Amino acid sequence: MPETHNKIVHRKKILTVFLGCSLVLVGLFVRLVYLMVWEADYYAEKATQLHERERSIKAARGRILDCNGEVLADNRTVCTISVIHNQIEDPEAVIAMLCQELNLSEEYVRKRVEKYSSMERVKSNVDKSIGDKIREYEMPGVKVDEDYKRYYPYGELASKVLGFTGGDNQGIIGLEVIYEKYLQGEPGKILTMTDAKGIEVEAAGERRIEPINGNDLYISLDRNIQTYATQLAYQAMETKQAEGVSILVMNPQNGEIYAMVNVPEFDLNDPYTLPEGSGEKLTSQEQQDLLNQMWRNGCINDTYEPGSTFKIITAAAGLEQGVITPQSQFSCPGFIMVEDRKIRCHKVAGHGGQDFTHCMMNSCNPALISVGLLLGVDTYYGYFDRFGLLTKTGVDLPGEAGTIMHNKDNMGLVELATVSFGQSFQITPIQLVTTVSSIINGGRRITPHFGVKVVDAQGDLVESFAYPATGNIVSEGTSATMREILEMVVKEGSGKNGKVEGYRVGGKTATSQTLPRGSGRYISSFIGFAPADDPQVIAVAIVNTPQGIYYGGQVAAPIIRQLFENILPYMGIEQTG
Amino acid sequence: MADRSRGSRDRRKKKKEQTEYFFDYSLLFIVLFLMGFGLVMIYSASSYEAQQDFGSGTYYLRRQLIADILGLVVMIVMANIPYRFWRRFTTLAYFVSFGLIFMVLTPLGVSSHGAKRWVGIPGTGFNVQPAEVAKVCMILFLANMVCLMGKKLRTAKGLTVLIVLSLPHSLAVWKVTENLSSAIIILGIAMLMIFVATPDYKRFVIMGLIASALILGIVWAIFNTSIVEKLGFRGGRILAWRDPEAYAQDKGFQTLQALYAIGSGGIWGKGLGQSMQKLDFIPEAQNDMIFSIICEELGLFGAIAIILMFIMLLWRMMIVANNAPDLFGALLVVGVMGHIAIQVILNIAVVTNTIPNTGISLPFISYGGSSVLFLMMEIGLVLSVARRIQLRELV
Repeated sequence: MPETHNKIVHRKKILTVFLGCSLVLVGLFVRLVYLMVWEADYYAEKATQLHERERSIKAARGRILDCNGEVLADNRTVCTISVIHNQIEDPEAVIAMLCQELNLSEEYVRKRVEKYSSMERVKSNVDKSIGDKIREYEMPGVKVDEDYKRYYPYGELASKVLGFTGGDNQGIIGLEVIYEKYLQGEPGKILTMTDAKGIEVEAAGERRIEPINGNDLYISLDRNIQTYATQLAYQAMETKQAEGVSILVMNPQNGEIYAMVNVPEFDLNDPYTLPEGSGEKLTSQEQQDLLNQMWRNGCINDTYEPGSTFKIITAAAGLEQGVITPQSQFSCPGFIMVEDRKIRCHKVAGHGGQDFTHCMMNSCNPALISVGLLLGVDTYYGYFDRFGLLTKTGVDLPGEAGTIMHNKDNMGLVELATVSFGQSFQITPIQLVTTVSSIINGGRRITPHFGVKVVDAQGDLVESFAYPATGNIVSEGTSATMREILEMVVKEGSGKNGKVEGYRVGGKTATSQTLPRGSGRYISSFIGFAPADDPQVIAVAIVNTPQGIYYGGQVAAPIIRQLFENILPYMGIEQTG
Repeated sequence: MADRSRGSRDRRKKKKEQTEYFFDYSLLFIVLFLMGFGLVMIYSASSYEAQQDFGSGTYYLRRQLIADILGLVVMIVMANIPYRFWRRFTTLAYFVSFGLIFMVLTPLGVSSHGAKRWVGIPGTGFNVQPAEVAKVCMILFLANMVCLMGKKLRTAKGLTVLIVLSLPHSLAVWKVTENLSSAIIILGIAMLMIFVATPDYKRFVIMGLIASALILGIVWAIFNTSIVEKLGFRGGRILAWRDPEAYAQDKGFQTLQALYAIGSGGIWGKGLGQSMQKLDFIPEAQNDMIFSIICEELGLFGAIAIILMFIMLLWRMMIVANNAPDLFGALLVVGVMGHIAIQVILNIAVVTNTIPNTGISLPFISYGGSSVLFLMMEIGLVLSVARRIQLRELV
């Protein structure tokens, strides 16, 4: 039966076709299992990346607080008001409301409300109270986004120390830069689902990743001391018509800085406005240069010839090396010959015969040059290095300048002689204060600093900072002798304007001519510490280019006296003298 | 009396005869289910885009619903016309459908998506794809040819004649309408029918091996030489197939978006209506890529359900074909079965990036009026064959 045979053959073939097709479909099913189970995470993640748009939520930057817990740098909540065109239901009402609440012209608001865009910003940096009010209208299409803005409650106070932040809440100068990683926090995100054109899908809702707020930084600065020092500095700047005055107050035992003033300061809440009279029509480069100038922290970023205050270092080296004692006799004819050079004393007639203590009290140049020459280039350079003058202090502020010093190989006796009384090289004020602190505190080279600890938003300690100290840069004995000599300088010598009633104060004056010589420009300075037998506070005042009388003893020493008269009782230091 | 009783006996006999004939309700149910499911998915996949483009989320749904109803009418009509009726028209259909392919070159041709594949029917506003017509006509013609040739088929000459006869449509669709996928489907249907019609296996195994070797050779050549530029867009498609992410911005875009949809569906899916990829990421998601939206919304289980429904549909057709009262009927059903099977396989293979991207719709589910009308016509044919099966002959 061929017909039947045919049919059987056909049936087998039809079955083959069916099974073949089914097999292929099963194969495709396996492929689906692979894609939808094994590769699911990969593709799902890719798809989510494709669908999600993120808006970031700023994290609140950590605050900066002084040693008494006073807030020096804070955040203010500000609002950004925007409109979303295709969500607005009643454009007229929205325009009227925004005009009224934001004090904007109707034309301006109308343009933004009627513009066809996904989101149009109407006004930013709006006060939170106004933002809240606008939110209460609950008008569809009006968005109020909260934002943080750095706020410095004391405006100018310690402007060059604290620094300020930029548009992305990042530190630009000062402590804001150095402690960036503690302060900045982690921004959060709002993730919304959108279609291929980027239009938000309402039903999909949104996912929020909350921001982590920055940690608070506690610093050693004391707002009261800083405020008072700032007043004194401005006062001095005004009366002496100086170009600038810097005051640095520190704890010589551990390097905690209580105040660092560089007037003129600038307003931290408005750091991009140059002082009046800086000239108009500046190119952007000129403007930037002037801003950088305005932001400079003279105590750290600039070097100067220290002058006579540096005699402390020469004296300490001489005492430590044993080439002199306080009783060593020197004779000053008003000049000293070093090789073929005649170096004059500031007292042209000379100081005559005197012991070393009196040499320091009189700030006698020939005597200190003699000490330097007694030490010799190698030994003197060794002490220069040992005192830490060749390295930076490591203060926790950006842009510390290094010491500008002769190369040892090029240093002859003339150079040695000038270095001995503080000329022909440059250091920063912070370097001077740190080195003198180390000499009078028993010989420990300390690290000047502001940062004390970092505390998180809940008040838990995150990190407490420790700073290195190098011991034995001079012996205890030398240190004690230096304290006595410097006390004598204030008590009966050139620094007597630094005397504070009831306290034992040590110190040294300096008057240095700025380069080029003969320009009639001077830097007057005074470094003082108290109590002289157990220094708890050290302060330096540097008056840049005073007019009229320019002697450190008359210009700078009174500043420190006034400062000490106020802060020593405030700091609870008992009267002993 | 006797007359009347004989008459009534005749009537009873006739009635009995009729009730003993088979009607494949399972097959009908599966088709209705797939169409209904297709409507739901078309609405889900297209409503967002339709809302944007036409201001109405149901734009595509409504159009497909009308096409589905028309398709059902066509199916009912076809199911009630004895299939043998079409035998006398098969040769005519063969030539008419061949001629119709060239109509796209006349002013009646209609372009869409950059390809001239449609012919407008004057005065109706409807467009017809000559390739769809060619598929139906090829099924009818080959079924008849096989019956006419009888034992000659067993000879190599007979087989060659049959194959040669099936080639012109395929070539014309490929070259004239630049529609490679439809050409492959037409050829595939023809090959499956010829395979079933002839008792031989060996020749087909050899042909299969030669075809596989050819395909592998072409793919290998494209991967290893720089002739891609000469091959135009299809060469690029093959490269995009191998690494869609490298071609994410052009040739690989659709495929990659489909993969994102399938992968992000996972085992359980995001839920009906929850697809993200349909929000313009996959352009015209209701068309060829609708299976990826099914995967995304209904997950692996939704995908299995659909694949199983198609396997069941093929199984029902196999039952009908195996029990068809004559060879013509059996081959008609095999043709339809081959058509649906090839399209389902190719569609899912494209969507899952198993083969290079080419436009093939998913039968009964993808949006498209012309496609569903012709598919329902074919289902009508199958039902017509099924109705001629006598229950006692059913195996």
